[in-house]
Amino acid sequence: MNLHEYQSKTLFAEFGIPVPKGHVASTPEEARAAAEKLGGEFWVVKAQVHAGGRGKAGGVKLARSLNEVVQHADSLLGKRLVTHQSGSEGLPIDMVYVEAGSSIDRELYLSLLVDRSQERVVIMASAAGGMDIEEVAASTPEKILTASVHPAVGLNPYQTREIAFGLGLDKEQAKELADILGRLVELFHECDASLVEVNPLIVNSAGRVIALDGKINIEDNALFRQQRLEEWRDAAQEDTSEREAREHDLNYVSLDGNIACLVNGAGLAMATMDLIKLHGGEPANFLDVGGGATAEKVTEAFKIILANSNVEAVLVNIFGGIVRCDLIAEGIIAVVREVGVTVPVVVRLEGTNVRKGRKLLSDSELDIEPAKDLTEAARKVVDLAKESRAA
Amino acid sequence: MSVLIDADTRVICQGITGRQGSFHTQESLDYGTRVVGGVTPGRGGDEHLGLPVYNTVREAVKETQATASMVYVPAPFAADAILEAADAGIELVVCITEGVPVLDMLEVKAVLRGQGCKLIGPNCPGIITPGACKMGIMPGFIHEPGCIGIVSRSGTLTYEAVFQTTKVGLGQTTCIGIGGDPIRGVHFIDCLELFEADPATRGIIVVGEIGGSDEEAAAEFIKGNVSKPVVGYIAGVTAPPGKKMGHAGAIISGGKGTAPEKYRALEQAGVSTVRSLAELGKAMAEALE
Repeated sequence: MNLHEYQSKTLFAEFGIPVPKGHVASTPEEARAAAEKLGGEFWVVKAQVHAGGRGKAGGVKLARSLNEVVQHADSLLGKRLVTHQSGSEGLPIDMVYVEAGSSIDRELYLSLLVDRSQERVVIMASAAGGMDIEEVAASTPEKILTASVHPAVGLNPYQTREIAFGLGLDKEQAKELADILGRLVELFHECDASLVEVNPLIVNSAGRVIALDGKINIEDNALFRQQRLEEWRDAAQEDTSEREAREHDLNYVSLDGNIACLVNGAGLAMATMDLIKLHGGEPANFLDVGGGATAEKVTEAFKIILANSNVEAVLVNIFGGIVRCDLIAEGIIAVVREVGVTVPVVVRLEGTNVRKGRKLLSDSELDIEPAKDLTEAARKVVDLAKESRAA
Repeated sequence: MSVLIDADTRVICQGITGRQGSFHTQESLDYGTRVVGGVTPGRGGDEHLGLPVYNTVREAVKETQATASMVYVPAPFAADAILEAADAGIELVVCITEGVPVLDMLEVKAVLRGQGCKLIGPNCPGIITPGACKMGIMPGFIHEPGCIGIVSRSGTLTYEAVFQTTKVGLGQTTCIGIGGDPIRGVHFIDCLELFEADPATRGIIVVGEIGGSDEEAAAEFIKGNVSKPVVGYIAGVTAPPGKKMGHAGAIISGGKGTAPEKYRALEQAGVSTVRSLAELGKAMAEALE
């Protein structure tokens, strides 16, 4: 689950990490009031969306007067911001964060994440702040400093010194950074983060080290013990279908193609997408109905995949382990009758109660195309999607 | 022959009185697995599915001489259950539970490091030696005792590999689902090492997916250490970057962990790869010719 910048900074402040003062606003008037309350001579108005690259996309604006704050807030609020991470439709700007302006001397990069091969939380830092870190990692990996946090010992002082002096900070700033790093590690653990990114971390003109931006992702598996953060979820920033799927305990990711798939198991769902592509088609989604699929879940899953207007054919691929093929067949029959599916449906069933399932489908006299194996299923659905387009 | 488990393995179930634990322990018993007891704190002294229930794993091990445990406890308690099993001297812990927080797993792995206990999972289908011992949620009937070792990050893809190797008449020695989480117990390498050393295993199927670098590590290991034919498949060629594809570990992040990279690594290690999932069985049969 992603947090907004203003939420991330609230957590930073709670953990004692220095951030500029700011207030969130959902109307231009609120933005003006926020700027007045902050005082000072200039402000930054920042669109609150769950995507990086806001600055380049025009989502971060400098204001030198209260009127400019209002103008900027007005120009952002209610619009959608398209960044290189947001997808082509962009994300809705329902809130802006009005922040006291900072004079920047240096921009640095800092992040914490779980490194899978080391099986530890690692810190990544770079003097190339404000830039796309993936670009830095690809072109000049030697500019990235790393330190891994020992699960029992924690972060050692020498590690923070290595990073601080590696970034070219002076002695006083190195102390400040050590303090910030310690608190970020604490935040990472206490909030069950999967990513904490500060880009940029700045040295201001007074020489102080400050988190100018903040991005925190919370690990979905840990939300059961992060109820306060779960309540911070901004559903408007999430894909509608993906959200609905999650509410029904289904895993769904929308893609650009025209062949929808409904599969049990995440691996098989990916493999099914790959098979469609291998046979010349384009998958419209990833959908895993999970191990405990029921007829109701299949019905909900169908509704979600059919809500995508690009879909021209559906492939159901079930390998029944715990899931019984007859139950899946009942679900498919119910949904085809109930919802009135107008695109061709190809079904490949295998595993537990497969004969019973296949018989139910053939007896239903519905327009469902059976497939005897994976390859036939993929070929059929790709052909039918082409026909359905031609018609 | 087989790896890790056989007909003599004495198995307990942690969370035996829960819905999942009950259902799958019964399935394991029906398959012929030597399940000797279960653990549910507070239910010690009860009998469940005809088996004795204990309050702690230590007690269960003392009374039953169990050496392997299946963990079906809910995610918030799974890490503790794994550590309890390891501390009680269990040699093989199979954690089926889905949704265990990553930070919990970091701690578990740090504690287990240097201990003799092997962990499979979490978020995995488990391990099965066909006709002998089933510790997990896989459908037993698709398996057939035979000569192929299967290791996979995905449950249903393991079933596909099993189904196909059964159909071509090869059967399996042992099948291990190592799980879809980013931080997990045994990796491909651990399983490859076991299969290489097992005289009954003639060929190995490796089923990987996007995310992480386990397949690359496996490829590196195969180069120098595996003499048996290996067939490889990677799921997620069409997965978009930055999106979690069901499994917490199946994500292309920072341009790393893509399917083409993994295929390339496996091919350079001499693995016969297939682009279609439907060809696993056939490719394995061909590799053995």
